[in-house]
Amino acid sequence: MELTSYVVPLIGGALIGLATVGLMLFNGKIAGVSGILSGLMQRFTADTWWKVLFIMGLAAGGVLLQLIYPAALASTLTRSLPLIALGGFLVGFGTRLGSGCTSGHGVCGVARLSPRSLVATATFTASGALAVLIVSRLFGGAM
Amino acid sequence: MRPLFSAFGVGVVMALGLGLAGMTLPEKIVGFLDVTGKWDPSLAFVLLSAVVVYGVIFRLTMRRPKPVFDETFSVPMRRDITGSLVVGSLIFGAGWGITGLCPAPALVSLTAGNVSALVFVAAMFGGMFAFRIFDNYRARAAERAATRRLIEVTSEQV
Repeated sequence: MELTSYVVPLIGGALIGLATVGLMLFNGKIAGVSGILSGLMQRFTADTWWKVLFIMGLAAGGVLLQLIYPAALASTLTRSLPLIALGGFLVGFGTRLGSGCTSGHGVCGVARLSPRSLVATATFTASGALAVLIVSRLFGGAM
Repeated sequence: MRPLFSAFGVGVVMALGLGLAGMTLPEKIVGFLDVTGKWDPSLAFVLLSAVVVYGVIFRLTMRRPKPVFDETFSVPMRRDITGSLVVGSLIFGAGWGITGLCPAPALVSLTAGNVSALVFVAAMFGGMFAFRIFDNYRARAAERAATRRLIEVTSEQV
């Protein structure tokens, strides 16, 4: 295994950890992106502003990545748009029913050893592996 | 104003971390989840590193009386494993696996003019909206059931 194949992911992961725990240190909030996004669909209150700014920060970071490291956004995976739409819908519904996604449960919750987040993370990883198995093996990735 | 700057800054750093980690490339997610094929373990290093950094700094953070720019820490206290938690995670995982996208990386990819990310985020909002309708319906059904039980109990007593 090449050095870069784990050093770069380790540095990227550390940045994700610093950012998500930074939201707890500075704002006292869990960096659960699905929960924060759904918060934008609620009635606007004084507590909505930090959510708007956080999402704007993610988007601005995307612009910055496009400028300094465009390879990070140059995906070659081909999935048909109806499949993408189905997946997006499942992600939206599932993260609300399950109270979180990869950031809230997978990083913040697992790091706090929250039993709910440990169960959620194990469940969505297993379910994701099954979905990949179906799409890649049964349909040869062409969906 | 300061909590708004920190929320924005945290978002920017998180986006850079996701990009560097390879989380914004759906093929990396699919490779990580493809445990029976050509498994790509690099996201395990991402998760490990993120969790260790969060875990250590979180413990230090909890020694503070309050956040730097706010008055209280909002940490979830629930510990109950519910059907909703498991079924919701199963549904989310299915969407994650078939697209290789989850909420944060999709938002980061949105600004690159990526059509897939745009469709994904629009559909995700649709899914969240559908959940809200489902949740309202579920709450009303529970309320009706509670009322019926109350009526039964009262009529038995009469």
